[in-house]
Amino acid sequence: MTEPVLALSGVRKAFGALRVTDGVDLALAPGELHALIGPNGAGKTTLVHQISGMLRPDAGSIRFRGAEITGFTPEKRARAGLARTFQITSTIASLSVLENVALSVQARASHPLALFRNAAYDEALNRPAWAAIEAVGLTERAHVLAGRLSHGEKRALEIAMALTLEPAAILLDEPLAGVGREEGERLISLLASLKGRYAMLLVEHDMEAVFALADTVSVLVYGRVIASGDPAMVRADPAVREAYLGEEG
Amino acid sequence: MTTSLLIVQILNGLQFGILLFLVAAGLTLVFGVMDFINLAHGVQYMLGAYLAVTFVGLTGNFLLGLALALAAALLIGLALEFLVFRHLYERDHLDQVLATFGLILLLNQGVKIIWGAAPLSVPVPEFLTGSVRLMDGILYPVYRFALIGSGLAVGGLLWFIVEKTRTGMLLRAGASNASMVSALGVDIRKLFMVVFAFGTMLAGFAGAMAAPILSVEPGMGDTVLILAFVVIVVGGIGSIRGAFVGALIVGLVDTLGRSFMNDLLRLFMSAPSARATGAALSSMLIYLVMAIVLFVRPEGLLPAKGRS
Amino acid sequence: MSLAPAPADVALAEAARPAAPPRRRPLIAILLFLTLAAMPLAVSLGVPAHWLTLVTRAMIFAIAALSLDLILGVGGLVSFGHAAFIGIGAYATGIMITEGRSEALLILPVILAACALFAAITGAVSLRTRGVAFIMITLAFGQMAYFLAQALSAYGGDDGLTLYERSTLAGFKPFANRTSFYYVTLATLAGCYALISTIVASRFGRALRAARENATRVTVTGYDVGRIRLVAYVISGMIAGLSGFLLANQTDFVSPAFISWQRSGELIFMVVLGGVGSLHGAIIGALAYLFAEDVLSGWTEHWRVIFGPLIVLFVLFTRGGLVGIIGKLASRFGSRRDD
Repeated sequence: MTEPVLALSGVRKAFGALRVTDGVDLALAPGELHALIGPNGAGKTTLVHQISGMLRPDAGSIRFRGAEITGFTPEKRARAGLARTFQITSTIASLSVLENVALSVQARASHPLALFRNAAYDEALNRPAWAAIEAVGLTERAHVLAGRLSHGEKRALEIAMALTLEPAAILLDEPLAGVGREEGERLISLLASLKGRYAMLLVEHDMEAVFALADTVSVLVYGRVIASGDPAMVRADPAVREAYLGEEG
Repeated sequence: MTTSLLIVQILNGLQFGILLFLVAAGLTLVFGVMDFINLAHGVQYMLGAYLAVTFVGLTGNFLLGLALALAAALLIGLALEFLVFRHLYERDHLDQVLATFGLILLLNQGVKIIWGAAPLSVPVPEFLTGSVRLMDGILYPVYRFALIGSGLAVGGLLWFIVEKTRTGMLLRAGASNASMVSALGVDIRKLFMVVFAFGTMLAGFAGAMAAPILSVEPGMGDTVLILAFVVIVVGGIGSIRGAFVGALIVGLVDTLGRSFMNDLLRLFMSAPSARATGAALSSMLIYLVMAIVLFVRPEGLLPAKGRS
Repeated sequence: MSLAPAPADVALAEAARPAAPPRRRPLIAILLFLTLAAMPLAVSLGVPAHWLTLVTRAMIFAIAALSLDLILGVGGLVSFGHAAFIGIGAYATGIMITEGRSEALLILPVILAACALFAAITGAVSLRTRGVAFIMITLAFGQMAYFLAQALSAYGGDDGLTLYERSTLAGFKPFANRTSFYYVTLATLAGCYALISTIVASRFGRALRAARENATRVTVTGYDVGRIRLVAYVISGMIAGLSGFLLANQTDFVSPAFISWQRSGELIFMVVLGGVGSLHGAIIGALAYLFAEDVLSGWTEHWRVIFGPLIVLFVLFTRGGLVGIIGKLASRFGSRRDD
């Protein structure tokens, strides 16, 4: 088996007496789309925060591309090639779509903070930015301010920003949350088009999307992974049906 | 440096710290509950002192004058709240800073027009004159003890209100989560007004109590305001306990620094250069303390719960 | 990698891209600088000569306000201690002239180094906090600089320091003559404006602007937001130091009052008065502020009683500052394509 891009082992996090992450082991293989599902309050977002470095686990280790990153700051993880999107969309509202993506391109450029060269007309930034914008289907909206985008378009923009980081793995925190049906379908086909090219950890509530997209599904309940594997196998797992899917149907 | 001088200076530091606490408590409360930064809070302190000058002069009675001064300070504070502050609660901090800065310009100058630019004073009340003999050769004025005592009493009362009453519970809840409080069905506007009135009274009280021992002059509130900021930052924004600890630290460090820095430096350098360096160092001392505290704990020593 | 499509596709894709909106030229800024450049001419045609001094002073403060706008308007950091940098610049100038070193080419490097050092140290501490705490801490550091100046008894202490000569610049004496002083100040202002505009439009500026709005996003994109802000803070402090050099030369005097916290408050007001984050707004704000001060203080020594409430009313009832108002008027009288 190939070495996983991202591997969590024994990750723990407690807020006071509440154990939100209770010894999670998880592995993300290259090119794999790994879905993380679980009922509300299972600790999915908390786990994503720990992987992206916005929260620090109490115990356990997070390895990324073979290196220990548990102590890294979020910006260091991003530079190492770990990108993420947010449950509540997070873009720069007063910058255009192109500028948002270029900001992300710039982070990986040779002089990310050059002081004197104009950035808006910098082809070294704009060329890769356009490519990412075209990949997510926002070409027509490239000069619109991010704040004026629809919800689904903001999700797509976030994904474009993640792509330009040339990531080895992307964390997607509920990309379909709050998105309408039509835009949702467009996002699902976008994710499907990225599948195989990037390792993705997808946190999602939309079961239809999860079972359509995922190579592997892990189920998180009360901070523990209670099942992990092939979608069909997970769907059939009695413990999962009881703890989670049962509630749905 | 002698032991007796040290004791006297520690008492002075305590007394200064208590004054700072009274000002900082209102400021931190208003900020913690309302997310409102009120630069004009120092002006409330100044108004308390000036009103004490006027009312003690008119009535010839310190306690009566103090009560009237407090009432008047409260009225002015409520008028300002009605006219200006309540329109600023929803604004960003920049707007709040600027508008209250404008009020400072107005009130500092207004005080100059009404009371004149020359320093004024309030006589120490008859029943609090004289000194207490602490030990051989150490006398300490009764009034300053009274100030420390009344400050501690107000601090105790404040602690009781915030920790033990329903209003206090709402205040603490509001400090960490204002929308939750309004979800409880509490009239936020009314709560804000009570908090504000209370903070105003505390600052006014501090000013009135300081009037007999400090010179009452325009701009006296500005210095106190900035020191109160240091207190709040050191103690942790929004935290009454933090304000208390921070105030004592700032009061003691500043007072002791000013009186002993020279002597300390003279151990290493000549008298004139010790005097020059000492003057510079002692006035910077509390800011250095603040910087060190922030460097170690950016959220302050005793931050309010639920705030990070 | 996989994002790079074949060259033929690129040509196709480029054709499908919508055109960029036209580059906006800051027309107001150009008009502003033209007007300022014509000012000495206007004086020779009969405008009161006193205005030249006033506008020089206003431009000096405009440099400081401009530098403040970089961190306050562009970076979103409300610094309430910016006068400290003017003070450092002014005191460095005053002390060096008193010590017989009046050459600007000697003084300016000292100012830039001192301001950078002060900004780096105080910035490193205060940028550990956000929002209101940042306001309070910068205020406190400003006050620290104030007391330090008061304690400089060898250089006037509380009373300030009178300068008996002005700086030279590479041996010339441009500060000795009112008109040449005016033009040196204007050139400095224009240079600072060009520099800061360039920085705002650069990669660094883009990251700084983005961090004002959404620091979390900028962080997870791979930037060290704290360092970006610190660099902006240092640049801003150094530019403000230049205004201190000019101020000391113009007033022939340096005093702790230059560093008072009211001064810092006034600088913030200049920026807000003109329009936060627009850069030329800070210049307009400084000009408007000094003219208002000049007019009001001509009426009464208690001009602050009028000025204070004006600030309050301005904050309560206007948005976007003078630049915003000018923009609204312009679009009302100009084309209505945008409506």
